[in-house]
Amino acid sequence: MLRLSRAVCSMPTRAFASTAVAAAGSGGDKLPGFVHKVVDEDVPQDGEMVEMNLFEAVNAAMDVALDTDETACVFGEDVAFGGVFRCSMNLMEKYGKDRVFSTPLSEQGIAGFAIGMAAMGSTAIAEIQFADYIFPAFDQIVNEAAKYRYRSGGMFDVGGLTIRSPYGAVGHGGLYHSQSPEAYFSHTPGLKVVIPRSPQQAKGLLLSAIRDPNPVLVFEPKALYRAANEPVPVEDYEIPLGKAQVLKEGSDVTVVGYGAQIYVLEQAILMAEKELGISCELIDLRSILPWDKDTVIDSVNKTGRAVISHEAPKTSGFAAEVSSTIQEACFLNLESPIQRVCGWDTPFPLIFEPVYVPDKHRVFEGIKAAIEF
Amino acid sequence: MFALARASASAAVAAPAAARAAVRCISDAALAQELTFPITPFKCHLTDGPQVEEMTTTGAELLEFFKLAVHYRRLELVAESAYKQQLIRGFCHLHIGQEAIPIGMEAAISKADSVITAYRCHTLLKARGASDVEILAELLGREAGCSRGKGGSMHMYGPEFYGGNGIVGAQIPIGAGLALAHKHANAKAADDAKRIAVALCGDGAVPQGQVHEAFNMAALWKLPVIFCVEDNQFGMGTSVSRSNANTEFYTIGHGVIPGVQVDAMDPLAVKAAFQWARQATIDNGPTILQLKTYRYRGHSMSDPGTSYRTRDEVKEVQKSRDVIEGIRARVIDAGIADAAELKAIEKDIRKTVEAALEEAKASSELPASELITDIYVDKESQKGFVRGVSLDKSWVL
Repeated sequence: MLRLSRAVCSMPTRAFASTAVAAAGSGGDKLPGFVHKVVDEDVPQDGEMVEMNLFEAVNAAMDVALDTDETACVFGEDVAFGGVFRCSMNLMEKYGKDRVFSTPLSEQGIAGFAIGMAAMGSTAIAEIQFADYIFPAFDQIVNEAAKYRYRSGGMFDVGGLTIRSPYGAVGHGGLYHSQSPEAYFSHTPGLKVVIPRSPQQAKGLLLSAIRDPNPVLVFEPKALYRAANEPVPVEDYEIPLGKAQVLKEGSDVTVVGYGAQIYVLEQAILMAEKELGISCELIDLRSILPWDKDTVIDSVNKTGRAVISHEAPKTSGFAAEVSSTIQEACFLNLESPIQRVCGWDTPFPLIFEPVYVPDKHRVFEGIKAAIEF
Repeated sequence: MFALARASASAAVAAPAAARAAVRCISDAALAQELTFPITPFKCHLTDGPQVEEMTTTGAELLEFFKLAVHYRRLELVAESAYKQQLIRGFCHLHIGQEAIPIGMEAAISKADSVITAYRCHTLLKARGASDVEILAELLGREAGCSRGKGGSMHMYGPEFYGGNGIVGAQIPIGAGLALAHKHANAKAADDAKRIAVALCGDGAVPQGQVHEAFNMAALWKLPVIFCVEDNQFGMGTSVSRSNANTEFYTIGHGVIPGVQVDAMDPLAVKAAFQWARQATIDNGPTILQLKTYRYRGHSMSDPGTSYRTRDEVKEVQKSRDVIEGIRARVIDAGIADAAELKAIEKDIRKTVEAALEEAKASSELPASELITDIYVDKESQKGFVRGVSLDKSWVL
C-alpha cells in the first residue's frame, strides 16, 4: 500500500536508498521496506483515500486546519510559495496572503510572533525551515512558549502554537541541515514533541498537534518527504499524541524508535530474525514528550530485552530517558543490559554521514548484544 | 549576425597561441596609463561618506580586475557544473554576479584585516588568497580542501578568513567579536598596523535579531568593524521589499552607525567605499556598507531561481550592469587590450580552473577515522580526544 516512489525522491539518503530498494520489491499493503502489515485504528480506513507522500500529507493537514479554523495562520521562510520542501504549496492561493505568508529569515522572530498570536487565542502554525535553524528560537520556545500558562497562573496560554520543522539525515545535508534536536525540547515541561513516520501518521498527528491545547513541536523526517507514498484519508482525522504504536509483535526483544529511523529498525529486525532465529517487537513512539511509557514497559516486561535507537547523538539523547525508565520499571524482568544504538557523539558530519548514522548493521549488532548477553 | 559570431568563435579556436602572444604584447605604456571613471553617487547616512565622484585607476589595475572577475566567475561556473555532475553533494551557494565585492574590497583593505561571511563564501575566500584547488577540493569533500573536506561549500576557512557560516546572520556578532579583539590590539599598535574586521551578510540576514544586537554592541564600544550587507535583492526566494520594512540598509544602524550605499556592480565604487570605510571605522567605530548587487543564480543549487523573479529581470541586469562586461568595455575603450586579447585571457583562466578541478578530483577522501577528530583537545596533553558513544569510553588521538 505504501510504496516508495524513487522518481520523486530528490534527496535520497545513502542509508535510506538501500531501504528504498528493498521496499520497491516487497509490494503489497506495506510501509516502505515493511514486511509487516500495520493498521492504525486511529486512521479511518473506510472513506476516500488519496495516494500521497509525506509533504503532501502535511499539506493536506494544514489545508484541513485552515479550512476548519478561521483563526489559523501558516507562516515561515518562503512559505507563501510552498516552502523549500513544498509543504505549503497552494495554501496561499486558497486562503489568502493574510493567513499564509512568508516571513523574513528570523527564527527568533518567527517563534516570538507565533507565540504572541497564539497567546491571543489564534492558531499559529509556524515553520522553521530546518530543525538545525531552531536554535535561535530556542529561548522563545523553551522560556516563553513552554511556561506561558504556568507563569500566568493559567490566565494565558499558547495552546494554539504548533511549530513544524524538518529534521534528520538526508544523505548530504552536512552540519546544519541534518540534525535531530528533539532531545533538547524533551527536557522542557510545557511542550509536546511529535515525530511522524509516514504520510498517514503525519496528517493525523499534525492535526492533533494543531488542535492540542498545548504548544507542540512537530519534527518531520525530511528524508521521507518525497520518499514514500501511502493512501491517506481525505477526511479530517486525528491520531492521539503521547501514544506509541506497536508495529510488530515479538517475544525476544523490544526495539524502540521513531521517525525515519523506524525503517532502519525494521530492516535490522528482518536481519536479526533471519540470522539469529529470534522474534522482535517493534515500537514507534510517535511522541517523545509526553511519551508512552506503558506500551514500552509492557513490552519489555514481556520480552526482557530492549534496544533503543535514534539518529541524534547517544549522550543525553532521548534513548537515555527511555533506557532509564525501563531500568526503573522492568528491573527484575530484564535479561540483558539495555542497548542504545544512536548517532556518535560528534557534530553531524558532511562526508562521514554513512559512518555516523545508526544503520541497520549497527542496530543488528545492538539486537545481537541484547540477545547474546 | 550569425556569420559574425561564427567567425569570431572560429578565430578564437584556431589561434589560441597567437592570442596568447597578443596578450604578452599589451604594452607597458597601456598598463601604466592613468584612467579616471565616474562612479555612481554614494548615498550616505550620518556621514558625508567617501567624498569622491570619480575614481582614478591604472591600466594595470583595470586589467587585473578583469582577470579577477573572470576567475571568480569561472570558479563558480566550474563548481556549478561539478555539482550538476553530482561530484559535489549537499549545499552549494554561488556568488555569480556579485564578483565586484571581493575585488573592490580586497583592493582597499589589508590582508591583516579579518573577514567573515555567510555561506556564499567561495569567491571571498579566493580573494583572500586561497587556491582554486583548496576551494574546489573542499566542495568535493577531499583532503586537499581548505577545511580538509570536513566543511564543504558553506564552511570554508583561510588566513584571516573566519568562514563560511551556515546560520543566517550568526556571523555578524562573531564579526563584532573579531573587531573587539582588534580594538584591544589596536590600542597598542602603530597607526599603520591597526586592523579591522569586515563582517558580511546578505539582505536576507538583516531581519535577524542578533544582527541588531551586534550593531548595538559595536556602536556602544566603537569597534573597528565594517558591517556589509550584500544586497543581492533576494533572501532565499523572497525579495528584499517583502522581507524588510526598511530596504535602505545603509540607514539601519540604530540612528548612530554611519552608513553608505554603494553600487556594488562596479569594483571601483566598491574599492572607494572600502577605502573610506576602513579609515572611518578605525577612527570612529562601526560603519555599514549597503552593497547593491544582484544574484544571477538561485539561492543555492536546489533553487532554479526562477519562481520568484522573471528571466527577463536577470537578463536585463546581465545586459546592463554585469561586472565582467563593465570592465571589459572600459579595458577595450581605453585601448589597454582588445577583445581578442581579453578572450585569450578568459580562455587561459578557464584552463587553469578546469585543471584545478582535475587536481582536486585526484585528492583523496579523508579516512573514516577522521569522523572523531577535531572535536575536543585534552587540556594537559593538547592531544585530540573524543568521547566514544558514551562518557566512559574515549580515545586519545
